[in-house]
Amino acid sequence: MKPVLSIRDLAISLPPGADRAYAVQNVTFDLNAAEILCVVGESGSGKSMTANALMGLLPDQVEVTCGEAEFEGRDIMALPDAERRKLRGDRIGMIFQEPMTALNPLMRIGDQIAEVFEAHNRHTPTERREKSLALIGEVGLPDPDKIIRAYPFQLSGGQRQRAMIAMALALDPAILIADEPTTALDVTTQAQILDLIKTIQQRHGMAVMFITHDFGVVAEIADRVIVMRYGEIVEQGSSNEVLEAPQHDYTKALLQAIPTDHVPTPEPVTAPPVLEVRNLRKTFVTSGGFFRPKRSVTAIDGVSFTIARGEVLGIVGESGSGKSTVGRAIVRLVEADSGEVILDGEDMNLLSADQLRSARRRVQMIFQDPYASLNPRKKILHALSEGPIVQGVPREKAHARARELLEIVELDAGAADRYPHEFSGGQRQRIGIARALAMDPDLIIADEAVSALDVSIQAQVLALLRDLQERLHLSLMFITHDMRVAAQLCDRVAVMQHGKLVEIGPVQDVFLSPQAEYTRNLLAAVPGTDWRKGAA
Amino acid sequence: MIDFLKRFSRNRGGLIGLIILLTVVLLAIFAPLIYPDSPWKMVQRPFLPPFTMDGFPLGTDTLGRDVAAGLVHGARVSLIVGLVSTMVALLIGVPLGAFAGFYGGLVDDGAMRFTEFFQTIPNFALAIVLVAIMEPTLPTITLAIAIVSWPPVARLVRAEVLSLRKREFVDAARLTGLSNTRILFGHILPNAMSPIIVMASLMVATAILLESSLSFLGLGDPNIMSWGYMIGAARTVIRSAWWLSFIPGVAILLTVLALNLIGEGLNDALNPRLARKGR
Amino acid sequence: MTIAVAILARAAKAAITLLLIVILNFFLIHAAPGDPAMVMAGEAGAADEQFLQQLREQFGLDQPLYVQFWHYVSGVLQLDLGYSYRQQMPVLDLILDRLPATLLLTLTAFGMSLLLGIIFGLAAAARQGKWSDTAITSMALLFYATPLFWVALMAVVLFSVYLGWFPAFGYGTVGAGLNGFDLLLDRLRHLFLPALTLGLFFMAVYLRMTRSSVLEVSQMDFVKTARSKGLAEGTIRRRHILRNALLPVVTLAGLQAGQLVGGAVLTETVFAWPGIGRLMFESLTARDYNTLLGVFLVSAAMVIVFNIITDIAYRLIDPRI
Repeated sequence: MKPVLSIRDLAISLPPGADRAYAVQNVTFDLNAAEILCVVGESGSGKSMTANALMGLLPDQVEVTCGEAEFEGRDIMALPDAERRKLRGDRIGMIFQEPMTALNPLMRIGDQIAEVFEAHNRHTPTERREKSLALIGEVGLPDPDKIIRAYPFQLSGGQRQRAMIAMALALDPAILIADEPTTALDVTTQAQILDLIKTIQQRHGMAVMFITHDFGVVAEIADRVIVMRYGEIVEQGSSNEVLEAPQHDYTKALLQAIPTDHVPTPEPVTAPPVLEVRNLRKTFVTSGGFFRPKRSVTAIDGVSFTIARGEVLGIVGESGSGKSTVGRAIVRLVEADSGEVILDGEDMNLLSADQLRSARRRVQMIFQDPYASLNPRKKILHALSEGPIVQGVPREKAHARARELLEIVELDAGAADRYPHEFSGGQRQRIGIARALAMDPDLIIADEAVSALDVSIQAQVLALLRDLQERLHLSLMFITHDMRVAAQLCDRVAVMQHGKLVEIGPVQDVFLSPQAEYTRNLLAAVPGTDWRKGAA
Repeated sequence: MIDFLKRFSRNRGGLIGLIILLTVVLLAIFAPLIYPDSPWKMVQRPFLPPFTMDGFPLGTDTLGRDVAAGLVHGARVSLIVGLVSTMVALLIGVPLGAFAGFYGGLVDDGAMRFTEFFQTIPNFALAIVLVAIMEPTLPTITLAIAIVSWPPVARLVRAEVLSLRKREFVDAARLTGLSNTRILFGHILPNAMSPIIVMASLMVATAILLESSLSFLGLGDPNIMSWGYMIGAARTVIRSAWWLSFIPGVAILLTVLALNLIGEGLNDALNPRLARKGR
Repeated sequence: MTIAVAILARAAKAAITLLLIVILNFFLIHAAPGDPAMVMAGEAGAADEQFLQQLREQFGLDQPLYVQFWHYVSGVLQLDLGYSYRQQMPVLDLILDRLPATLLLTLTAFGMSLLLGIIFGLAAAARQGKWSDTAITSMALLFYATPLFWVALMAVVLFSVYLGWFPAFGYGTVGAGLNGFDLLLDRLRHLFLPALTLGLFFMAVYLRMTRSSVLEVSQMDFVKTARSKGLAEGTIRRRHILRNALLPVVTLAGLQAGQLVGGAVLTETVFAWPGIGRLMFESLTARDYNTLLGVFLVSAAMVIVFNIITDIAYRLIDPRI
């Protein structure tokens, strides 16, 4: 097969003061015509830098120091800026990760598409409009006549990503570079966008360079795969070779770290419930003003469930399903409109503000964002001991316990005297777990606790959680958007959609014989499902 | 802290500002030692130009008063009014903004309408009216400047608190059973300090400009020599003795410039991430 | 929300604000030391006891506070701002007489400072880190720190006393009997220095805001998208960066309106410009509180109108609101 693009010995230097000298080094690969090449790696692997270098869109002070990229008979790295500009949008198109910020908020969608033709002096304004309409139709946006006049804020995330694809497609480029284009999307939307990219790739016979961190996505669309780590290629091969018979240890580790659909056999739940939620409801109302209408969103719509002592209950759903609001309503970070949250026979919702303060100890949370969940101005010791001290534990004892907990979560006790910014994301998440344990709670709610982490770190933190849960017999409510993660850890799973609980049951039942249609759709949309089924 | 000093000392503008400001502060502190006599006292013939007579380096004004003495004593008023009015403005603006941002809802609505109202009123005009009606004395001038300067503080603090209170570490603090007061003062406000400090340094500068403008219009404390008064008094002789207006103006300009430079230096040193982005 | 409804809502809010300022004004009059009658008459005036008594009766100052309050507020609502005993004229007439000069000055200064501020801000941002950027930002910092009244005085010294290019004060050459083009030219020559000195500070403000806003917007994702389309840098700057970067500048311009009016007091005083700022200064030295508070009220009203205009401008740029 003849390559459309061949990259030889590419190196990209980082500005002085960065944690390493090169973003990318010794990178050599081909992109063949009409194939989808996935470039896989964790954050910092240099996969995005490679893509940006090809587009000529590297940030300031980051430069290509050596190497060439042959495309249509020319080395694009050696081309003058003006020539590279002509290639962009015409012969090479690109789509990005964040559809919410990748579009100009002040310009109509139609104008932003038509702009591509204008940039390359193609067609008359009328033709541009017609072509834009056709493109909007091709990427599956409903009602093109309306969309062409719409502003980005009137579109959903998935729709915006479709509009981005329309722009990248406008001049029928030879290469489409997609930089994590589905990472910010919900799983069902992700499945649709992946489908769209595949369809379009086949229809136009384009070569696609698809950057992702998710091997599920790789299994779904890749013809060939490149695995990158610390700026170098560690392995490349056909999709089958890499997924089924990985050669490099790093690839093996990555593949192993992926949560599988292998559903563990949970112990049947016999213990009495530690938490009982009955008919919980919450509607958010944005206050209207003089001439502003009130708007309301039902986040929790009559949800009931129980969590037994020592049980792990997973709550899964897409964004906007109300899963996080349920967690926050249980601890009363959000005040529910009605319903009962019964903890050991006591309704949390009936507690006065004073009673609540002392009752709060009993339910603790582990949060999503490791960078926002610790106060940057307080030492770790303070983070772990402030709560117990407030609850009346003597200072000495609280400090000793804090150091002990750091060891339990596999950090050294010296960590206590350092500040949060000295730790990595995964380490911070361990500190977050220790902080929850420090309060000696009856129930821990983990809200997307591993979602912000790289796959390999995610696997470690999950392993720690599983281990702690078994050793300390913790009761855990695990909120996640990721079905694969839920399958690994939970005894029972509840699926939420539009504020309602659509299905709840033991993990095998929900995953292997789902009752609700929504659950089936959700499971089908998880990328790489077929591949893993074949593997299992 | 050491990090902060290192970063600040790397900022050339900030250092220059600091040196200028320290000079002004020292002059103000030692004014009674350098010029023990009242700056209002007539010491020589009027309209003595600068650099013409020993002992009167900057000459004398329309009534034969020593310009250098006036300048040194005037530094005291500028700095005191600048500092005190800023502190009073912070005392109004920080709690108001903090409560508005932290409690949200009706508290926020009320506090912000109140702030917007004060922001709509032309602040210099309000200061003039307040001082004119309360009679110009050092305390009333300071208070009037504070009253017209707090709204931006309230808005800034509110915006900071609004964004901080949604951070997960605040949720975590809440879950440990901390009271609202402890969360606000122990966790949220310490993280909002950097922008408040930067704004405060810029507010001192603005307050000095306001004070000199008021004195220029004749709304200064009649018993205290100030830079604005000196310029105002020399205004009528601008054609024949322009330097009498020029010299105190340079003093104001340098002091205000120094404070602005320090503010920028603080901003770069306290928000290193932002500073790098802006560069 | 449609623009019409938005303007209506904004006007309602403005009316409430104005009413509150009227109320504030009433309390300010009563906060002044001594008898409001004396305040009204002007302390230094020929305020013999009989005249004061007459005033008290005329304005009902011997009546309970709430009655007085009602009289005052309803008076203002009927555009009665009181009487200036100093100038022997109703305050409203005095102000209306002076208002055009102030509008001319402030609007010219505003337009000039906004235009120059944006242009220099864009230039500085485009040359970020180079010496021309440093030169522009240093200049802005200098103007930002310069007392307005002082720069006005120095401009008089330099441009009128020494160079003789522009007149040092006034609204036009007195008794020259000019008309047509000569009148316009004469007016412009008189306007130049006041507008320039009033505008310098605000130019610095808009310049700094434009520069930092452009630099911030340049980092945004959609600018990268625009590059990936192959658009020329000039087009990206004009179409994508500028419009988004102007939003905070417009907001700031609205917030700065009050300062502009306040600055006019100083500029008009120095240049003997016959506007309401000068009137404020005159009433201040004459202790003519009725006029002082009248000017205060009208200047607040000017700011409110100005804020409405910037609100509408913002809405026209940003489709999201």
